[in-house]
Amino acid sequence: MDTDLSPEIKAVEKYSGERSYLIQILHDVQKEYNYLPEKALRNIASMMEISLVDVYGVATFFTSFSLEPKGKHIVTICMGTACHVRNSPGVLDEARRFLDIEPGQTTEDILFSLETVNCLGACAMGPIVVVDGEYHGEMTPSKVKKVLERVSKEEGRG
Amino acid sequence: MVRFILDGQSVEAEEGWTILETAKYYGIDIPTLCYHEGLSTYSACRICSVEIIRGGRSRLSASCSYPVQEGIEVRTNSERVRRARKILIELLLSSCPNSRTLQCLASEYGVTKIRFRAEDRGCILCGLCVRMCEEQMQAGAIGFVYRGVGREVAMPFHQRSDICRECGACLYICPVCELPCGGPLQPGQLCNACLDTVQLDPFPCRD
Amino acid sequence: MARIESPATLESYRQRLMEEREGYKTVVSVCGGPGCHAQNCNEIYDMLKNAAEKNGLTGTVKIRKTGCHGFCEMGPLAVIQPAGILYKKITSEDVPAIVEKTLIKGEIIEDLLYSDPDNGKIIEKEAEVPFYAKQKRLLMSSNQMIDPTSIEDYIAHGGYRALAKALHEMEPTEIIDEVEKAGLRGRGGAGFPAASKWKSCHKAIAKDGIKYVLCNADEGDPGAYMDRSLLEGNPHQVIEGMLIGAYAIGATDGYIYVRHEYPLTVENLIVALDQAHEAGLLGKDILSSGFNFDIQVSVGGGAFVCGESTALMASIEGRIGEPRVKHIHTAEKGLFKRPTNLNNVETWANVPLIINQGTEKYAAVGTENSTGTKIFSLVGTINNTGLVEVPMGMTLREIIYDIGGGIPEGRTFKAVQTGGPSGGCIPEDLLDTPVDFDRLYDVGSMMGSGGMIVMDENTCMVDIARYFLNFLCDESCGKCVPCREGLKQMLYIIEDITEGRGTMEQLDLLRELAEVVRDTSLCGLGQTAPNPILSTIKYFEDEYREHIEEHKCRAGVCKALISFEIDPEACTGCRRCLKACPVGAISGEKKEPHLIDQDKCEKCGICYELCEFDAVIRK
Repeated sequence: MDTDLSPEIKAVEKYSGERSYLIQILHDVQKEYNYLPEKALRNIASMMEISLVDVYGVATFFTSFSLEPKGKHIVTICMGTACHVRNSPGVLDEARRFLDIEPGQTTEDILFSLETVNCLGACAMGPIVVVDGEYHGEMTPSKVKKVLERVSKEEGRG
Repeated sequence: MVRFILDGQSVEAEEGWTILETAKYYGIDIPTLCYHEGLSTYSACRICSVEIIRGGRSRLSASCSYPVQEGIEVRTNSERVRRARKILIELLLSSCPNSRTLQCLASEYGVTKIRFRAEDRGCILCGLCVRMCEEQMQAGAIGFVYRGVGREVAMPFHQRSDICRECGACLYICPVCELPCGGPLQPGQLCNACLDTVQLDPFPCRD
Repeated sequence: MARIESPATLESYRQRLMEEREGYKTVVSVCGGPGCHAQNCNEIYDMLKNAAEKNGLTGTVKIRKTGCHGFCEMGPLAVIQPAGILYKKITSEDVPAIVEKTLIKGEIIEDLLYSDPDNGKIIEKEAEVPFYAKQKRLLMSSNQMIDPTSIEDYIAHGGYRALAKALHEMEPTEIIDEVEKAGLRGRGGAGFPAASKWKSCHKAIAKDGIKYVLCNADEGDPGAYMDRSLLEGNPHQVIEGMLIGAYAIGATDGYIYVRHEYPLTVENLIVALDQAHEAGLLGKDILSSGFNFDIQVSVGGGAFVCGESTALMASIEGRIGEPRVKHIHTAEKGLFKRPTNLNNVETWANVPLIINQGTEKYAAVGTENSTGTKIFSLVGTINNTGLVEVPMGMTLREIIYDIGGGIPEGRTFKAVQTGGPSGGCIPEDLLDTPVDFDRLYDVGSMMGSGGMIVMDENTCMVDIARYFLNFLCDESCGKCVPCREGLKQMLYIIEDITEGRGTMEQLDLLRELAEVVRDTSLCGLGQTAPNPILSTIKYFEDEYREHIEEHKCRAGVCKALISFEIDPEACTGCRRCLKACPVGAISGEKKEPHLIDQDKCEKCGICYELCEFDAVIRK
């Protein structure tokens, strides 16, 4: 396969452009760009010969997809029930305050994205915060602040 | 033919008919919002819910999609049905106060107060326009985007679509884009102008 | 590996695998479940493996990374077979000692053993640890014997024997009869009898010869991870169940719909499917029976509503996960408008067990109308967080206290939530309710897929209702009015109550609205969405009243109803809270009592959390 081809061309070809693989194609494309650029969605619609609003509808319906570029550091806070009863809302509030963004958003300098997830399956350690794949268990508002401060400092921010 | 009880009468219907179609055939009025004969069934507004008694168990179901079944009993206007419709009307009006269709329904069902938090979104997401555009106009220029409370009808990226021919079919079929009700309609308010006259003429302010 | 041509080849292959394994004196199974994974079990596994190699133990000691063992509270875990010794809370520093003492000299390291908090007794064997002793791990026990990426492990452990029996010794209808006699009910939620669904789909006519069986692995309940652990830890068990079901139903193609949030599950599953293909256990003419079947993985896009069957099918078809009305059953017209049968992970995993054990033995476990076992993720404020598999009919009390070890730090139990966002909260006086499909329904909750969240006095029941409503508002697809608009308005009302603006009329309105949402919503998500509200109002109405009438949140959770103050008598003026307060609301000189400016305070509770002198009081 030609390596210069755009991710969307590769993904559509991989699934022979079949309509039913739209979600899998979007996953593949997002993996490459780290989000779904408008241009890519337009290309996918025209290559697959489906209406753009169908592609756009799917891309906005599912929470796995982002139409905005994601930050360099992804901060994920588990909001599962087990974490909730151990005060994950307090942890989330502190992360929101510290980063000054809402869940689903990315800071203006594109350094941080704040995300929430419904369960990470590590309930014994809850509340859980994952920063760039690294798990931090038994989080409290003050502990999450420390974790975020550390990453911020490494980036020479604040 | 399928035989069942419709509002106390024993009726016959063709196999495959829905309860709504059968009710229409027998001249029984069931309110609808997202239903249109020329379009696929969507079953989302739930205003056409009726009470269905089957095997001794009663439940509400949308009549537009429920196929008639031998031996069931259907009540299109029971207390339970009216109670549910009233709440649905109240919910719809709290998100879309300017629809004349909804205001008239409120009067018909005696909804005189909105107890929910009101916000004007100008759309009830019945999807008639989306189906019209796709099924009748073969365009597919508009569609549902986002989900849940954030769901809306839009063009991709909220930009003017290349494939929209501006045919206006979406406006034509929209139950909210029609000439608004003449009443004093701030979000959360009701017109109720026709409330006292409902018995004589269901919709005096309708042309 | 070579293609397995027949049941006889499968058996001889199994014999060979077992003989090969006889050389191992010791097998160390390192738990690789999500809980242990979050605590660096990968590093521990790698270190153990390297150290074993360096010490020339490769031929006699096998280090295996497995799926979830269940006892997440004590992770990272390892079990040393054949003795069955459990090591808990292993760190990388423990690895050299494990190799030198346990693997080389055969000694047990006492520090790594479990000690019973009730009596301080040190317990060597996993099976004797109270957490495990009362369970009946028919499905989960294989997890620790198997490396999920090794079909050899599964086969050596008796895998695909049920498939061979089904294909060569049983007629499709016989299998459906067996499943019916076994009383298998769907583990995904409502507990619909699996055999009824299979029967309808078996009877349905496939116009082009294509029928589907699907596996729902879109486990979206917050605080539940049993399906993940089954599929990730023992994928072949689910594949084998689907194969048997497909043969019974006459299906040609299968899909496993997995959440995008479970990357390791997807990875293990793809490996397993490839291996099954290579072994000829998927594809054409499986085990020379003439039966053809194939499975694909479909990765979801992140939507709780896709656990609903029609939404799940829409998603596999590449469309938005929007449910549709089901008056024509999916057994006749499901995925791509073809006959389709859908069961969840745990249901499929039960199928090989039924075929292997026979229906009598299977149905002997559990209650009359709920047979077999059920896996729960026992989480929340509980001592022994983890996955537990118990016979149906065990009481909530036994699960929470005997297996779960009760509530931590001497706090008191308040409620247990089952059934996820579709379920309800069960109070203390109903703790002797036996857990089965019907009894949980009777008390206003449901089995759901198996989340069991324990709550103590620090949980506010109104806040929990708000939590689930908020979750459901986020996850509603937005198609039908009662779910989209109704849940939103319910949330507004609950927010009014938790923020001190609520009225008793609103509480009545909430009930009235909940009823209509339940009665008129299009799919199961909306129809069951009011359960968390209705059950908390039913059992904890006094808490609602307190919020409304006294503006009081007894659990101290609802921010608008609480305040933080500093007790000048207890405050030592250490400045710890002052420095940590993110909004600068605390003032005071060193060694002098501090003061919280109530106008500035955002009630994050950091001062309360940090104060070492209990000087910060939550009111």
